[in-house]
Amino acid sequence: MDGETVEARLAERMQAAQEGDAVAYRQLLRDCVPVIARTVRGLGLPPDRVEDVVQETLLTIHRARATYDPARPFLPWLRAIARRRAIDAARLTGRQGAREVHDPEAYEGYASDGDAASEAIERQDRARLVGEAVAALPAGQRQAVEHLALADRSLDEAAALTGRSKGALKVNLHRALKALRTRFGGGPGEDV
Amino acid sequence: MSDTTRHDRLIGELAATLRPVRRLPPPWKRAAGWVVLVVAIGLGLLAVAGSDIVRHRLAANPDAWLAVLGSALTAPLAAYAAFQTSVPGRNPRWALLPVPAALLWVGASGFGCLRSWIAPPSRDAVEPRDCLVFIVCVSLPLAIALVLMLRRACPLRPGLTATLGGLASAAAAATLLNLFHPFDVAATDLAIHAVAIALVVLATRALGARALGSRTT
Repeated sequence: MDGETVEARLAERMQAAQEGDAVAYRQLLRDCVPVIARTVRGLGLPPDRVEDVVQETLLTIHRARATYDPARPFLPWLRAIARRRAIDAARLTGRQGAREVHDPEAYEGYASDGDAASEAIERQDRARLVGEAVAALPAGQRQAVEHLALADRSLDEAAALTGRSKGALKVNLHRALKALRTRFGGGPGEDV
Repeated sequence: MSDTTRHDRLIGELAATLRPVRRLPPPWKRAAGWVVLVVAIGLGLLAVAGSDIVRHRLAANPDAWLAVLGSALTAPLAAYAAFQTSVPGRNPRWALLPVPAALLWVGASGFGCLRSWIAPPSRDAVEPRDCLVFIVCVSLPLAIALVLMLRRACPLRPGLTATLGGLASAAAAATLLNLFHPFDVAATDLAIHAVAIALVVLATRALGARALGSRTT
Protein backbone atom coordinates (compact mmCIF):
# COMPACT_ATOMS: atom_id res chain seq x y z
CA MET A 1 0.00 0.00 0.00
CA ASP A 2 1.56 3.36 -0.93
CA GLY A 3 2.13 6.30 1.38
CA GLU A 4 -0.71 8.39 -0.02
CA THR A 5 -3.26 5.64 0.60
CA VAL A 6 -2.07 5.16 4.17
CA GLU A 7 -2.18 8.91 4.72
CA ALA A 8 -5.71 9.16 3.31
CA ARG A 9 -6.92 6.19 5.37
CA LEU A 10 -5.52 7.63 8.61
CA ALA A 11 -6.98 11.07 7.89
CA GLU A 12 -10.36 9.49 7.17
CA ARG A 13 -10.29 7.50 10.41
CA MET A 14 -9.31 10.54 12.45
CA GLN A 15 -12.16 12.50 10.92
CA ALA A 16 -14.53 9.67 11.88
CA ALA A 17 -13.02 9.61 15.39
CA GLN A 18 -13.66 13.34 15.77
CA GLU A 19 -17.30 12.57 15.04
CA GLY A 20 -17.31 9.90 17.77
CA ASP A 21 -16.72 6.66 15.79
CA ALA A 22 -14.98 4.44 18.39
CA VAL A 23 -14.29 1.57 15.96
CA ALA A 24 -12.44 3.87 13.55
CA TYR A 25 -10.63 5.45 16.48
CA ARG A 26 -9.45 2.12 17.87
CA GLN A 27 -8.15 1.14 14.42
CA LEU A 28 -6.50 4.51 13.94
CA LEU A 29 -4.63 4.29 17.26
CA ARG A 30 -3.46 0.76 16.46
CA ASP A 31 -2.16 2.00 13.09
CA CYS A 32 -0.43 4.89 14.86
CA VAL A 33 1.59 2.69 17.26
CA PRO A 34 4.25 1.51 14.74
CA VAL A 35 4.53 5.01 13.23
CA ILE A 36 5.09 6.53 16.68
CA ALA A 37 7.60 3.83 17.66
CA ARG A 38 9.55 4.38 14.43
CA THR A 39 9.60 8.15 14.92
CA VAL A 40 10.71 7.84 18.54
CA ARG A 41 13.43 5.29 17.78
CA GLY A 42 14.70 7.56 15.01
CA LEU A 43 15.36 10.23 17.64
CA GLY A 44 17.72 7.90 19.49
CA LEU A 45 15.66 7.40 22.65
CA PRO A 46 16.81 4.41 24.81
CA PRO A 47 14.85 1.28 23.78
CA ASP A 48 13.38 0.84 27.28
CA ARG A 49 11.71 4.27 27.04
CA VAL A 50 10.20 3.84 23.57
CA GLU A 51 7.04 2.05 24.69
CA ASP A 52 6.41 4.60 27.46
CA VAL A 53 6.64 7.39 24.88
CA VAL A 54 4.21 5.50 22.63
CA GLN A 55 1.71 5.49 25.53
CA GLU A 56 2.27 9.19 26.25
CA THR A 57 1.79 9.98 22.57
CA LEU A 58 -1.47 7.99 22.41
CA LEU A 59 -2.76 9.99 25.38
CA THR A 60 -1.75 13.28 23.74
CA ILE A 61 -3.48 12.25 20.49
CA HIS A 62 -6.62 11.65 22.54
CA ARG A 63 -6.45 15.09 24.17
CA ALA A 64 -5.43 16.91 20.98
CA ARG A 65 -7.82 15.21 18.56
CA ALA A 66 -9.92 18.37 18.14
CA THR A 67 -6.86 20.19 16.73
CA TYR A 68 -6.53 17.92 13.69
CA ASP A 69 -7.73 19.54 10.49
CA PRO A 70 -8.91 16.87 7.99
CA ALA A 71 -7.95 19.15 5.11
CA ARG A 72 -4.30 18.62 6.08
CA PRO A 73 -2.20 15.44 6.06
CA PHE A 74 -2.41 13.38 9.24
CA LEU A 75 1.15 12.04 9.52
CA PRO A 76 2.94 15.40 10.12
CA TRP A 77 0.42 16.09 12.89
CA LEU A 78 1.07 12.67 14.45
CA ARG A 79 4.85 12.83 14.08
CA ALA A 80 5.01 16.32 15.63
CA ILE A 81 3.27 14.97 18.75
CA ALA A 82 5.47 11.85 18.88
CA ARG A 83 8.65 13.91 18.49
CA ARG A 84 7.65 16.30 21.24
CA ARG A 85 6.80 13.46 23.66
CA ALA A 86 10.16 11.82 22.82
CA ILE A 87 12.02 15.07 23.54
CA ASP A 88 10.16 15.43 26.86
CA ALA A 89 11.11 11.84 27.76
CA ALA A 90 14.75 12.41 26.80
CA ARG A 91 14.88 15.53 29.00
CA LEU A 92 13.31 13.64 31.90
CA THR A 93 15.80 10.78 31.47
CA GLY A 94 18.67 13.29 31.47
CA ARG A 95 17.39 14.95 34.66
CA GLN A 96 16.89 11.60 36.42
CA GLY A 97 20.35 10.46 35.31
CA ALA A 98 21.86 13.54 36.91
CA ARG A 99 19.98 13.04 40.21
CA GLU A 100 19.73 9.27 40.76
CA VAL A 101 22.37 6.58 41.24
CA HIS A 102 21.85 3.07 39.85
CA ASP A 103 23.32 0.55 42.31
CA PRO A 104 21.62 -2.87 42.07
CA GLU A 105 24.19 -4.51 44.39
CA ALA A 106 23.38 -2.15 47.22
CA TYR A 107 19.68 -2.95 46.77
CA GLU A 108 20.29 -6.72 46.76
CA GLY A 109 22.61 -6.53 49.75
CA TYR A 110 20.21 -4.53 51.94
CA ALA A 111 19.23 -6.64 54.98
CA SER A 112 15.48 -6.91 55.53
CA ASP A 113 14.43 -6.45 59.15
CA GLY A 114 11.68 -8.90 60.18
CA ASP A 115 10.27 -12.27 59.29
CA ALA A 116 9.39 -12.53 55.58
CA ALA A 117 6.48 -14.99 56.03
CA SER A 118 4.67 -13.04 58.75
CA GLU A 119 5.25 -9.84 56.80
CA ALA A 120 3.60 -11.38 53.75
CA ILE A 121 0.51 -12.38 55.75
CA GLU A 122 0.36 -8.93 57.30
CA ARG A 123 0.62 -7.36 53.86
CA GLN A 124 -2.22 -9.52 52.55
CA ASP A 125 -4.42 -8.54 55.50
CA ARG A 126 -3.65 -4.88 54.99
CA ALA A 127 -4.37 -5.13 51.27
CA ARG A 128 -7.75 -6.82 51.95
CA LEU A 129 -8.75 -4.17 54.50
CA VAL A 130 -7.73 -1.33 52.22
CA GLY A 131 -9.54 -3.02 49.30
CA GLU A 132 -12.77 -3.20 51.33
CA ALA A 133 -12.42 0.38 52.48
CA VAL A 134 -11.84 1.61 48.90
CA ALA A 135 -14.84 -0.38 47.63
CA ALA A 136 -17.03 1.37 50.21
CA LEU A 137 -16.08 4.86 48.96
CA PRO A 138 -18.45 6.91 46.74
CA ALA A 139 -17.92 6.26 43.01
CA GLY A 140 -15.93 9.45 42.24
CA GLN A 141 -13.58 8.98 45.18
CA ARG A 142 -13.15 5.28 44.41
CA GLN A 143 -12.22 6.07 40.79
CA ALA A 144 -9.66 8.65 41.94
CA VAL A 145 -8.01 6.16 44.33
CA GLU A 146 -8.06 3.32 41.79
CA HIS A 147 -6.52 5.36 38.97
CA LEU A 148 -4.14 7.65 40.85
CA ALA A 149 -3.07 5.64 43.91
CA LEU A 150 -3.51 1.98 42.99
CA ALA A 151 -2.90 1.93 39.21
CA ASP A 152 -0.28 4.69 39.65
CA ARG A 153 -1.56 6.65 36.65
CA SER A 154 -0.74 10.31 36.13
CA LEU A 155 -3.45 12.94 36.61
CA ASP A 156 -3.61 13.40 32.84
CA GLU A 157 -4.07 9.70 32.15
CA ALA A 158 -6.72 9.41 34.86
CA ALA A 159 -8.53 12.51 33.53
CA ALA A 160 -8.49 11.11 29.99
CA LEU A 161 -9.79 7.73 31.11
CA THR A 162 -12.49 8.89 33.53
CA GLY A 163 -13.62 11.99 31.66
CA ARG A 164 -13.28 13.98 34.91
CA SER A 165 -11.23 17.16 35.24
CA LYS A 166 -7.84 17.01 36.95
CA GLY A 167 -9.15 19.36 39.65
CA ALA A 168 -12.12 17.05 40.36
CA LEU A 169 -9.79 14.04 40.56
CA LYS A 170 -7.49 15.82 43.02
CA VAL A 171 -10.43 16.84 45.23
CA ASN A 172 -11.86 13.30 45.12
CA LEU A 173 -8.49 11.77 45.98
CA HIS A 174 -8.05 14.19 48.87
CA ARG A 175 -11.52 13.37 50.22
CA ALA A 176 -10.96 9.65 49.75
CA LEU A 177 -7.66 9.74 51.64
CA LYS A 178 -9.31 11.72 54.43
CA ALA A 179 -12.13 9.15 54.65
CA LEU A 180 -9.65 6.27 54.67
CA ARG A 181 -7.56 7.93 57.38
CA THR A 182 -10.67 8.39 59.51
CA ARG A 183 -11.69 4.78 58.91
CA PHE A 184 -8.30 3.40 59.93
CA GLY A 185 -8.10 5.72 62.94
CA GLY A 186 -5.09 7.70 61.69
CA GLY A 187 -4.48 11.39 62.37
CA PRO A 188 -4.80 14.02 59.63
CA GLY A 189 -1.10 13.94 58.77
CA GLU A 190 -0.59 10.16 58.86
CA ASP A 191 -0.26 7.94 55.84
CA VAL A 192 -2.96 5.35 55.15
CA MET B 1 2.34 -7.13 30.79
CA SER B 2 3.74 -7.11 27.23
CA ASP B 3 4.03 -3.79 25.39
CA THR B 4 1.42 -4.82 22.79
CA THR B 5 -1.07 -5.76 25.53
CA ARG B 6 -0.32 -2.49 27.34
CA HIS B 7 -1.00 -0.49 24.17
CA ASP B 8 -4.12 -2.52 23.36
CA ARG B 9 -5.45 -1.93 26.84
CA LEU B 10 -4.85 1.83 26.68
CA ILE B 11 -6.30 2.02 23.16
CA GLY B 12 -9.37 0.11 24.38
CA GLU B 13 -9.82 2.52 27.31
CA LEU B 14 -9.37 5.60 25.13
CA ALA B 15 -11.82 4.30 22.52
CA ALA B 16 -14.33 3.47 25.26
CA THR B 17 -14.21 7.06 26.56
CA LEU B 18 -14.34 8.64 23.08
CA ARG B 19 -16.78 11.52 22.68
CA PRO B 20 -17.41 13.54 19.51
CA VAL B 21 -15.36 16.77 19.51
CA ARG B 22 -15.91 20.07 17.77
CA ARG B 23 -13.00 20.76 15.47
CA LEU B 24 -10.89 23.74 16.44
CA PRO B 25 -11.47 26.77 14.15
CA PRO B 26 -8.45 27.75 12.00
CA PRO B 27 -5.79 29.96 13.66
CA TRP B 28 -6.82 33.11 11.74
CA LYS B 29 -10.38 32.87 13.06
CA ARG B 30 -9.18 32.38 16.63
CA ALA B 31 -6.72 35.25 16.29
CA ALA B 32 -9.51 37.44 14.86
CA GLY B 33 -11.62 36.68 17.95
CA TRP B 34 -8.84 37.99 20.19
CA VAL B 35 -8.29 41.08 18.00
CA VAL B 36 -12.00 41.88 18.36
CA LEU B 37 -11.48 41.91 22.14
CA VAL B 38 -8.52 44.30 21.75
CA VAL B 39 -10.54 46.60 19.47
CA ALA B 40 -13.44 46.59 21.96
CA ILE B 41 -11.08 47.64 24.78
CA GLY B 42 -9.52 50.23 22.45
CA LEU B 43 -12.91 51.74 21.62
CA GLY B 44 -13.74 51.88 25.33
CA LEU B 45 -10.48 53.72 26.06
CA LEU B 46 -11.02 56.02 23.06
CA ALA B 47 -14.40 56.96 24.47
CA VAL B 48 -12.66 57.94 27.73
CA ALA B 49 -9.56 59.66 26.30
CA GLY B 50 -10.92 61.07 23.04
CA SER B 51 -8.85 61.30 19.87
CA ASP B 52 -7.30 64.74 20.57
CA ILE B 53 -4.06 63.40 22.05
CA VAL B 54 -3.36 61.13 19.08
CA ARG B 55 -4.23 63.85 16.56
CA HIS B 56 -2.06 66.41 18.38
CA ARG B 57 0.91 64.04 18.42
CA LEU B 58 0.56 63.04 14.78
CA ALA B 59 0.17 66.65 13.68
CA ALA B 60 3.45 67.51 15.46
CA ASN B 61 5.34 64.42 14.18
CA PRO B 62 3.63 62.68 11.25
CA ASP B 63 6.27 59.92 11.23
CA ALA B 64 5.13 58.86 14.72
CA TRP B 65 2.63 56.77 12.81
CA LEU B 66 5.44 54.33 12.09
CA ALA B 67 5.86 53.38 15.75
CA VAL B 68 2.09 53.13 16.19
CA LEU B 69 1.81 51.08 13.01
CA GLY B 70 4.64 48.79 14.16
CA SER B 71 3.05 47.98 17.52
CA ALA B 72 -0.44 47.80 15.99
CA LEU B 73 0.80 45.20 13.48
CA THR B 74 2.89 43.29 16.01
CA ALA B 75 -0.17 42.52 18.16
CA PRO B 76 -2.32 40.61 15.61
CA LEU B 77 0.70 39.00 13.90
CA ALA B 78 2.09 37.71 17.21
CA ALA B 79 -1.39 36.47 18.18
CA TYR B 80 -1.75 34.69 14.83
CA ALA B 81 1.71 33.12 15.25
CA ALA B 82 0.77 31.99 18.77
CA PHE B 83 -2.38 30.28 17.46
CA GLN B 84 -0.40 28.65 14.65
CA THR B 85 2.23 27.26 17.04
CA SER B 86 -0.52 25.95 19.33
CA VAL B 87 -1.53 23.37 16.71
CA PRO B 88 0.62 20.20 16.39
CA GLY B 89 2.41 19.83 13.07
CA ARG B 90 2.51 23.53 12.18
CA ASN B 91 5.88 25.00 11.31
CA PRO B 92 7.55 26.63 14.36
CA ARG B 93 8.94 29.29 12.00
CA TRP B 94 5.52 30.94 12.27
CA ALA B 95 7.08 32.45 15.42
CA LEU B 96 9.12 34.76 13.16
CA LEU B 97 5.99 36.33 11.66
CA PRO B 98 5.78 39.31 14.06
CA VAL B 99 9.54 40.05 13.93
CA PRO B 100 9.52 42.64 11.06
CA ALA B 101 6.63 44.57 12.63
CA ALA B 102 8.33 44.41 16.04
CA LEU B 103 11.54 45.77 14.49
CA LEU B 104 9.58 48.64 12.90
CA TRP B 105 7.99 49.36 16.28
CA VAL B 106 11.31 49.38 18.17
CA GLY B 107 13.16 51.25 15.42
CA ALA B 108 10.55 53.99 15.01
CA SER B 109 10.23 54.40 18.80
CA GLY B 110 14.01 54.76 19.00
CA PHE B 111 13.94 57.37 16.24
CA GLY B 112 11.28 59.35 18.12
CA CYS B 113 13.41 59.08 21.24
CA LEU B 114 16.44 60.42 19.36
CA ARG B 115 14.44 63.40 18.07
CA SER B 116 13.22 64.18 21.61
CA TRP B 117 16.83 64.13 22.73
CA ILE B 118 18.04 66.49 19.96
CA ALA B 119 15.07 68.87 20.12
CA PRO B 120 13.19 68.35 23.41
CA PRO B 121 9.51 69.26 22.95
CA SER B 122 7.53 71.19 25.54
CA ARG B 123 5.59 68.38 27.14
CA ASP B 124 2.86 67.76 29.64
CA ALA B 125 3.98 65.94 32.70
CA VAL B 126 3.17 62.25 32.45
CA GLU B 127 4.88 60.00 34.95
CA PRO B 128 6.80 57.20 33.21
CA ARG B 129 5.50 55.00 36.03
CA ASP B 130 1.96 55.59 34.72
CA CYS B 131 3.02 54.12 31.36
CA LEU B 132 4.32 51.00 33.10
CA VAL B 133 1.12 50.61 35.11
CA PHE B 134 -0.98 51.17 31.96
CA ILE B 135 0.90 48.61 29.86
CA VAL B 136 0.86 45.98 32.61
CA CYS B 137 -2.81 46.54 33.56
CA VAL B 138 -4.09 46.51 29.96
CA SER B 139 -1.88 43.55 28.99
CA LEU B 140 -3.05 41.42 31.90
CA PRO B 141 -6.65 40.72 30.78
CA LEU B 142 -5.53 40.43 27.15
CA ALA B 143 -2.83 37.87 28.05
CA ILE B 144 -5.23 35.88 30.26
CA ALA B 145 -7.83 35.79 27.48
CA LEU B 146 -5.20 34.73 24.94
CA VAL B 147 -3.81 31.93 27.13
CA LEU B 148 -7.33 30.64 27.79
CA MET B 149 -8.01 30.61 24.04
CA LEU B 150 -4.66 28.91 23.34
CA ARG B 151 -5.43 26.23 25.94
CA ARG B 152 -8.17 24.92 23.68
CA ALA B 153 -5.46 23.69 21.30
CA CYS B 154 -2.44 21.56 22.12
CA PRO B 155 0.71 23.72 22.17
CA LEU B 156 3.65 21.32 21.95
CA ARG B 157 6.06 24.20 22.63
CA PRO B 158 4.20 25.95 25.45
CA GLY B 159 7.09 28.34 26.16
CA LEU B 160 7.22 29.62 22.58
CA THR B 161 3.44 29.90 22.27
CA ALA B 162 3.15 31.73 25.60
CA THR B 163 5.97 34.12 24.66
CA LEU B 164 4.18 35.02 21.43
CA GLY B 165 0.98 35.51 23.43
CA GLY B 166 2.82 37.83 25.81
CA LEU B 167 4.29 39.82 22.91
CA ALA B 168 0.83 40.17 21.32
CA SER B 169 -0.69 41.42 24.59
CA ALA B 170 2.16 43.84 25.32
CA ALA B 171 2.08 45.21 21.74
CA ALA B 172 -1.68 45.73 21.95
CA ALA B 173 -1.33 47.55 25.28
CA ALA B 174 1.54 49.70 23.92
CA THR B 175 -0.64 50.63 20.91
CA LEU B 176 -3.51 51.64 23.17
CA LEU B 177 -1.10 53.68 25.33
CA ASN B 178 -0.79 56.13 22.40
CA LEU B 179 -4.28 57.37 23.28
CA PHE B 180 -2.77 58.83 26.47
CA HIS B 181 0.78 59.67 25.29
CA PRO B 182 0.81 63.04 23.50
CA PHE B 183 4.56 63.22 22.76
CA ASP B 184 7.46 61.21 21.40
CA VAL B 185 9.03 58.93 23.91
CA ALA B 186 12.14 60.23 25.64
CA ALA B 187 14.94 57.86 26.63
CA THR B 188 13.47 57.31 30.13
CA ASP B 189 9.98 56.68 28.65
CA LEU B 190 11.44 54.23 26.15
CA ALA B 191 13.29 52.39 28.91
CA ILE B 192 10.13 52.21 31.03
CA HIS B 193 8.09 50.97 28.04
CA ALA B 194 10.74 48.33 27.32
CA VAL B 195 10.72 47.22 30.97
CA ALA B 196 6.92 47.00 30.99
CA ILE B 197 6.84 45.02 27.74
CA ALA B 198 9.61 42.68 28.92
CA LEU B 199 7.75 42.20 32.20
CA VAL B 200 4.55 41.25 30.39
CA VAL B 201 6.30 38.91 27.94
CA LEU B 202 8.33 37.16 30.65
CA ALA B 203 5.39 36.82 33.04
CA THR B 204 3.18 35.44 30.28
CA ARG B 205 5.93 33.03 29.30
CA ALA B 206 6.44 31.82 32.87
CA LEU B 207 2.79 31.51 33.88
CA GLY B 208 1.29 30.87 30.44
CA ALA B 209 3.76 28.10 29.61
CA ARG B 210 2.76 26.32 32.80
CA ALA B 211 -0.95 26.70 32.02
CA LEU B 212 -0.44 25.55 28.42
CA GLY B 213 1.99 22.77 29.37
CA SER B 214 -0.44 21.25 31.86
CA ARG B 215 -2.89 20.94 28.99
CA THR B 216 -0.53 18.94 26.82
CA THR B 217 1.58 16.73 29.07
